[in-house]
Amino acid sequence: MLKIESLHKSFGGVVAINDVSMHFPTGSLTAVIGPNGAGKTSLFNLVSGAFRPDRGRIFLEDEDIAGLAAPDVVRRGIGRAFQIASIFTTLTVREAVLGAINAHRHWYARCDRRFPLKEAGAHAAEVLELVGLTPVADTLSGNLSHGDQKVLDIALALALEPRVLLLDEPTAGMGPEERWQMMETVHQLWERKKMTLIFIEHDMDIVFKFAQTIRVLSYGRVLAEGTPEEVRRNPNVIEAYLGTKYDAERP
Amino acid sequence: MRRSSIGRDALIAAAALAILAALPMVFPSKSFSDFVIRASAFGIFATSLNLLIGYTGMVSFGHGLFFGLGAYSFALLMQKLGTSIAAAFALSVGINALVAAVVGAICVRLKEIYFSFLTLAFQMLLYSLIIAWTPVTGGDQGLTGGVPRPPFLGVRLDDPRHLYLFCCATLVISLFLMWHLVQSPFGYTLRMIRDNPRRASFLGIQVWRIRLLAFIVAGIFGGIGGMLISLFVSSAYPDFAYWTVSGEAVFMIMLGGINAFLGPLVGAALLLTLNDLVTRVTEHYSLVLGVIILVFALGLRKGLLGFVLQRVKQHTSARITRPSGTQPSHRN
Repeated sequence: MLKIESLHKSFGGVVAINDVSMHFPTGSLTAVIGPNGAGKTSLFNLVSGAFRPDRGRIFLEDEDIAGLAAPDVVRRGIGRAFQIASIFTTLTVREAVLGAINAHRHWYARCDRRFPLKEAGAHAAEVLELVGLTPVADTLSGNLSHGDQKVLDIALALALEPRVLLLDEPTAGMGPEERWQMMETVHQLWERKKMTLIFIEHDMDIVFKFAQTIRVLSYGRVLAEGTPEEVRRNPNVIEAYLGTKYDAERP
Repeated sequence: MRRSSIGRDALIAAAALAILAALPMVFPSKSFSDFVIRASAFGIFATSLNLLIGYTGMVSFGHGLFFGLGAYSFALLMQKLGTSIAAAFALSVGINALVAAVVGAICVRLKEIYFSFLTLAFQMLLYSLIIAWTPVTGGDQGLTGGVPRPPFLGVRLDDPRHLYLFCCATLVISLFLMWHLVQSPFGYTLRMIRDNPRRASFLGIQVWRIRLLAFIVAGIFGGIGGMLISLFVSSAYPDFAYWTVSGEAVFMIMLGGINAFLGPLVGAALLLTLNDLVTRVTEHYSLVLGVIILVFALGLRKGLLGFVLQRVKQHTSARITRPSGTQPSHRN
């Protein structure tokens, strides 16, 4: 369970996150939507420890993790993938996943043995299989297609066996077909790993298809929250963000 | 994936040492064995700097700090305190590690250029200290009076043959240890930090701690290079701690190749050869060197060894058809 209480963050005079409270039950699948500059990525940066909040608390189970540094947040079980694939371009796909596993199991500073450690091999193979990167396991990460780089970014987070996974626009920069494929993969992961998954997404068709719950951010505040059906009918959301396309479906 | 085993690498190292030991039978001249000793010292030094530049992405401009510190601490321990070679070696390693830990703790959190300049500043601090502290260091004259070399476990370093073998063994063992390090999980963590430190921290890696460890390891091996040179010249000079030493190490890495583990060693041998050849012909050594560096920077960016390895790889991959979609790793 992840619970955010009255979180606040400003940069100079700009308020990025303004008194945001949210609750993500264990095993939930949530989409965070909102116009550009609404504070979606800032929210992820606060939860994952990239930024320190000005005020507010972030509970993972019973522990307040607000203000911890990124590596410490990761160690407590919050994994993250980035809007622009954040990978290790000179390592092969398998090496990168093995490196992430080493980090997760505190083996990353070991120098008594050679890389890769045998104990990590099966886990790495499982992660690669899970996201479908096995065929390109020995390709240099930097030579992967854009879509596969995004998948690898998620695989790196998965190698940490996170309880909560934050995906910042997993389908950014992809073609329509690739987007749905990506979301199928993400959905499968969520079902199989039973983790709490939160993703940022701009494509409303995808959001309404996959999310159990939706949070709408606007100007750093929570504009609306609820099931896709509730959010779709919310007049504030329609006005601020959705426009009339989804309005047409109202009875 | 490329796999390496400690046993196989140890065999290769032993074979390399045997070849080095046998070389004076083919080239009996003193100038040859002197060359190998100097190349050993600078080869270890440049390789240790490449742990930072090539493997971790930390461009230190002040690595000469450890070369100078290794040379002076080793020579002073032997000369002033009369310690045995083994004790002086161990103590000197300890001093280098300690200084690297302190300097590293201050420097490694800084971003790129600030890290580079601050390391340079610390090196010049040591240089100034050596110049100013005349009673101990001999100031700009260097350490006078020679470094005594008492025999140790049957090794008599005042015998040129023993000194030669000692330097070759130190070279091979140092390179073997550094190679092992870059092939370990720690070595891959260095590559991850080089490629993308932010991602590494979001995998739970304490990036600054790993950088600090890398800095200490590089400092220790950089110091060992300095120790060999002080043994060779039986003294220590302020020049060993001057910024140009750091610059030469960077040149060596550039000449040999940043992406190949042995690149810096090849570069060290290359630069020393150039030095010997060019100074024999002309006084304008810097000018010739500058042109050569320019050629490498513009045309041979991967360095000599990097270039050769690439050609060999192209040649073999043209003959062996690879399964589609896989590509060989170009960094090791």
